[in-house]
Amino acid sequence: MVRRIYDFYLEGFRSMTTGRTLWKIVIIKLIIMFGVLKIFFFPDYLHTNFTSDRQRADHVLDSITRPYTPPPAAER
Amino acid sequence: MLEQLDLTMVNWARAQFALTAMYHWLFVPLTLGLSFLLAFFETLYVRTGNEEWRRITKFWMGLFGINFAIGVATGIILEFEFGTNWSNYSWMVGDIFGAPLAIEGIFAFFLEATFFAVMFFGWDRVSKRFHLLSTWLVAIGSNLSALWILVANGWMQFPVGMRFNPDSARFEMQDIASVIFSPVAISKFTHATTSSFLLASLFVIGVSSWFLLKGRHLEMAKRSILVAAVFGLVSSAFVGFTGDEAAYTNARTQPMKLAAFEGLYKGTDSAGLVAMGVMNHDKVPGDDKDPFLFEVKVPGLLSLLANREPGSFVPGVDDLLYGNPAHHIVGINEKMVRGKVALAALASYKTAKQDGNAPAAAAALAAFAPQQDYLGFGYLKSPEEAVPPVPLVFYSFHIMVVLGTMLPLICLLFLFFTYKDTIAEQRWLLGLGVISVFLAHVASQTGWIVAEVGRQPWAIQNLLPVTVARSNLTTGAVQTTFFMFLILFTTLLIAEVRIMVKQINKGPEGN
Repeated sequence: MVRRIYDFYLEGFRSMTTGRTLWKIVIIKLIIMFGVLKIFFFPDYLHTNFTSDRQRADHVLDSITRPYTPPPAAER
Repeated sequence: MLEQLDLTMVNWARAQFALTAMYHWLFVPLTLGLSFLLAFFETLYVRTGNEEWRRITKFWMGLFGINFAIGVATGIILEFEFGTNWSNYSWMVGDIFGAPLAIEGIFAFFLEATFFAVMFFGWDRVSKRFHLLSTWLVAIGSNLSALWILVANGWMQFPVGMRFNPDSARFEMQDIASVIFSPVAISKFTHATTSSFLLASLFVIGVSSWFLLKGRHLEMAKRSILVAAVFGLVSSAFVGFTGDEAAYTNARTQPMKLAAFEGLYKGTDSAGLVAMGVMNHDKVPGDDKDPFLFEVKVPGLLSLLANREPGSFVPGVDDLLYGNPAHHIVGINEKMVRGKVALAALASYKTAKQDGNAPAAAAALAAFAPQQDYLGFGYLKSPEEAVPPVPLVFYSFHIMVVLGTMLPLICLLFLFFTYKDTIAEQRWLLGLGVISVFLAHVASQTGWIVAEVGRQPWAIQNLLPVTVARSNLTTGAVQTTFFMFLILFTTLLIAEVRIMVKQINKGPEGN
């Protein structure tokens, strides 16, 4: 069964014409997206700058309430 | 401080997101609609046993494959942008979007990936009926994939079925059924898919028209036009129906967007629908200037479409901004006051938790709860910030509507002349058919401009403005990636058009 599925795909890929060009485009595109863009230009901001979900939650909560946060207790 | 954040970064990030989404949407509607047309062509082949239908199916399947290959994964870039440019937003909606996007991934993988291979590689290697089933499952799977992303988008426009957790700073799913079956999600899915069916029908009509103009593959072109024109006409009836439903839903959930559609500043009973008009760009909310330099209105029609009640009141931008007690409309000023109470309570809750002051935390939560639906208004500095760019929304909406009215007529003409068997002689119509491929894309793109620009300034309606949804990045970082995408996308688009044109030139023999 596995062999038949393997042969099905293998023969399908072998018989491709325009499909070969398309696969090259897809592979180049994925390399650019995941190998270059994601790694060097699109790091996940919260995962890069914080190590735990607690820190991430605190950062976001701090970020969205900052103008309304009263000064720390020591300064009050 | 939030007030000191660089707004230019937000605008570049928005432009980048718009560029990516619009590029992605060049491919998606063709995939959604063409997949069903393939299923129709192949069904005709299996039912009639006529080899011409098989040739036709394989030809359009080739173009479908090209479009799919070039478009695949372009949507992933949107997810990159969420994590990098819109980290506050991503964090806050993670719990809501997780389920729909995970379901989309499963559908995409199992239905599309599995049966996609059978559809392309399985001719003569699996039974006719199994091959046909695979083609139908690719069509259904592709469209169900679209359902989940549109459910997520619908939630942003009408956030329901959730509660805000002030400890995790996240909106948490409470009721997945109300998220999936929200009227906005249903309206978005039905309107986006049916308009995609119309676009794909016009693509088939356009390419077939080109064949007829060149005097090539006449039989294939005529048969393709017949099926596509019927599908396009039926789809356009649904486009009209779902568009009407979308306007009705907007009147209830996003009345500011509806007012922007129509350039309606002062609300009125028996509001007219602007058939065409030129907006006065000096007009600002609250002044007495006429919003239009020139306009042609259909009396009373907007009231009917927005409320399904002739003579009813439709609020304008000014009513929604400054309030209209006679019609029980609360103005943005009042919502801003409530929003600032919610934000101050949230900030107090955070401080009380840090100080370990449980009674103060409980009191802050009690103050937050009744005002939390106005959270986003607390970030606005003036009521006018709640108004989207009216001229852009107005013109986009009217371009979409004019084209959405014209394109079904083109389908009807093609059907009529195909029935009369004189379609090959109607060179003017064939020329129009070729142009209609471009016009359908314009209608599709302007539809998204209406939907997304019309809901500004909100990333999540009434709860989170785009200025707060962003990450704290420099403008230069976003500018760099914006231009990188522009180059990448332009290159891919040129590649697609070239491969597509080459394949069309080969005709059915090229498969």
